Amino acid sequence: MDYQLTETQQAIVDIARQIAVKKIKPVREHYDEKEEFPWPVVDEIRKADLLGVYLPEEYGGMGGGNFELVLAAEQLSRACGGIALAAMTSSLCALPILLCGSDEQRRKYLPDLASGKKIGAFCITEPEAGSDATATKATAVKDGDHYVANGTKIFCSSGKEAETYVIFFSTSPKRGARGLSAFIVEKGWPGFEFGKKETKMGIRANSTYELVFRDCRIPKENLLRAEGYGLFVAQGTFDLSRPGVGAQALGIAQGALDETLAYVRMRKQFGQSISSFQGIQHMLADCATQIEAARSFLYTVVRAMDREFNPAVRKAIDEKTPVYEAMDKLGSRRWTKESAMTKVFCSDTAMRVTTDCVQMCGGIGYMRDFPVEKFMRDAKITQIYEGANQIQRNEIAAMMIKEAASAEKIAAGLA
Amino acid sequence: MALHIVVCVKRTPASTSVAVDSATGKVRTEGLPHGMNPQDEYAVEEALRIKEKNAGSRVSVLSAGGPESDEVIRTALALGCDEGALLSAPAFTGSDTLGTSHILAKAVEKLGKEKAPVSLVLFGKQSNDGESGLTAGETAAWLGWPSVSFVRRLPAVTESEVTAERLMEDGIETLKLKLPAVVSVTKEINEPRLPSLRGKMAAKKAPVSKWGAAELGTDASVTGSAGAGIEWGRLSPVPSRPSGTLIPGETPEEKARNLADKLKEAKLL
Repeated sequence: MDYQLTETQQAIVDIARQIAVKKIKPVREHYDEKEEFPWPVVDEIRKADLLGVYLPEEYGGMGGGNFELVLAAEQLSRACGGIALAAMTSSLCALPILLCGSDEQRRKYLPDLASGKKIGAFCITEPEAGSDATATKATAVKDGDHYVANGTKIFCSSGKEAETYVIFFSTSPKRGARGLSAFIVEKGWPGFEFGKKETKMGIRANSTYELVFRDCRIPKENLLRAEGYGLFVAQGTFDLSRPGVGAQALGIAQGALDETLAYVRMRKQFGQSISSFQGIQHMLADCATQIEAARSFLYTVVRAMDREFNPAVRKAIDEKTPVYEAMDKLGSRRWTKESAMTKVFCSDTAMRVTTDCVQMCGGIGYMRDFPVEKFMRDAKITQIYEGANQIQRNEIAAMMIKEAASAEKIAAGLA
Repeated sequence: MALHIVVCVKRTPASTSVAVDSATGKVRTEGLPHGMNPQDEYAVEEALRIKEKNAGSRVSVLSAGGPESDEVIRTALALGCDEGALLSAPAFTGSDTLGTSHILAKAVEKLGKEKAPVSLVLFGKQSNDGESGLTAGETAAWLGWPSVSFVRRLPAVTESEVTAERLMEDGIETLKLKLPAVVSVTKEINEPRLPSLRGKMAAKKAPVSKWGAAELGTDASVTGSAGAGIEWGRLSPVPSRPSGTLIPGETPEEKARNLADKLKEAKLL
């Protein structure tokens, strides 16, 4: 399919593809097996300027939008979703700073994330606050010019390797959802330490850590937006970041199908290539059709999102105001429903496609020295993180009901 | 120490499995994806590494070929080379290695005169299509410069000489060449870098000179198919190897017995 990419977008695809083939494919098994952070590959991705494709040039980025990030993430994930994630977690730290940060916060933190001098991470989860972020127990209590943070956060991707974090604490536990606040936290601050490193089913090249805060003093300048706006920061970030998960899922699905197609053409049974059997052909066709449908949908949504979001970013930089304010002034739409849909559709596609790919490859597909089973393990997380797909469906339905209700109100008002 | 290094690159088919047209006996490359000859990537990388170690150095890229060879010059520019020239003219079509090396030598002389004196010319050890491996040596001959081929390491480059190491059948050979010199390198020499997005976008817009017979002052009696001393005869594909035979057996002993039986059957034992 010709998706009418610009020259720069095509160059992003070409470079990411080259890195995937030459630098990721040869080492993906090693990093999956050893569960080591793939620094040499992340360094290649950094040197290729891919870490800042979606960030404004003012901050050292390449001046693209979310679509550029999606293109890079898809191609890198086509070789390994875990290694791609190790590089791409930075965006989950940069996006809330871009969306909700002040002009000073943007200028202070975005350039190092755009250049890849520092890796970023994002952490909202706690043992008892997964899908329900309002149950957050970790607290940040105001003390003069600082907040004093205490508590434990879990499941932080790139946890120990990152140097800049966006982390959520309750600044007012009795206010529940309205007491949640987001902070920019730097590695090395006294009282900020790392706990358990998780061992995982998939995306094993990327680390997942527990973060422990004991009287960690966070300067009040590092609060994002204002106290009580944590949920706003998180939801706004997820609106922007979910297509990235979709892209990762899509890349994983495509990568599994690439390997499978090569294998079924080569594998002979009953004296002929198994790709000559209709049973296999129909599975191949279904996988390819689902992938292309997911891709068309993802690209369409992200491009529409960029058309609303990029001008707001431009305006915010020019006026030195936060981006969410510029969005309000421009009357920019938030794409909560469609963004959630891309994540649901791409990740469910990835799970189905990778499962079918293992099936088509048969016994060898199940073996660890053949790459297809890894794609299936890696696909699973995309249905879970950044909001389980059940939560996405809740959001989609909630938006549908809200839209229908407001359409009714408008109709009634007009009548 | 500022050095001027020239790298010569060739546009070739990106795949090594190229079909031979049985009717004409010629290689069919139309429609195939092309790119920089993989061996040349090592020459570009080595030139860039020398440049990075020696402040003020520059790397020029040359490619002799049709207008489409512009793309491999831009590939080299995207990686960090400073300037490029496409050596292209209808009169050059069909040149053999002697003709091509004459064109390249003229371009090296032109670069030396117009930009900065050239210290070192680097080549990949051979192209993945013609595979002659002659062009580097012949370019040196036209220039009258010392030359060494199949170099796996350049441990030292000074203003006046380059140390080159190559792997021979009976050991490692270390040579010193007075500069200017011509060197062809093997893939053991380095690991080529990948382009950056900034480099790639800048390379798309970079000016690439185009030099023909008039600009270079080439000798028409050695260039083009008329000047070629070598004529390509027929190419025929190597017959594909039949698949092997699996020797059945539950245990190593049984397999060995079955193998011995087969060898006896074939009267090889």
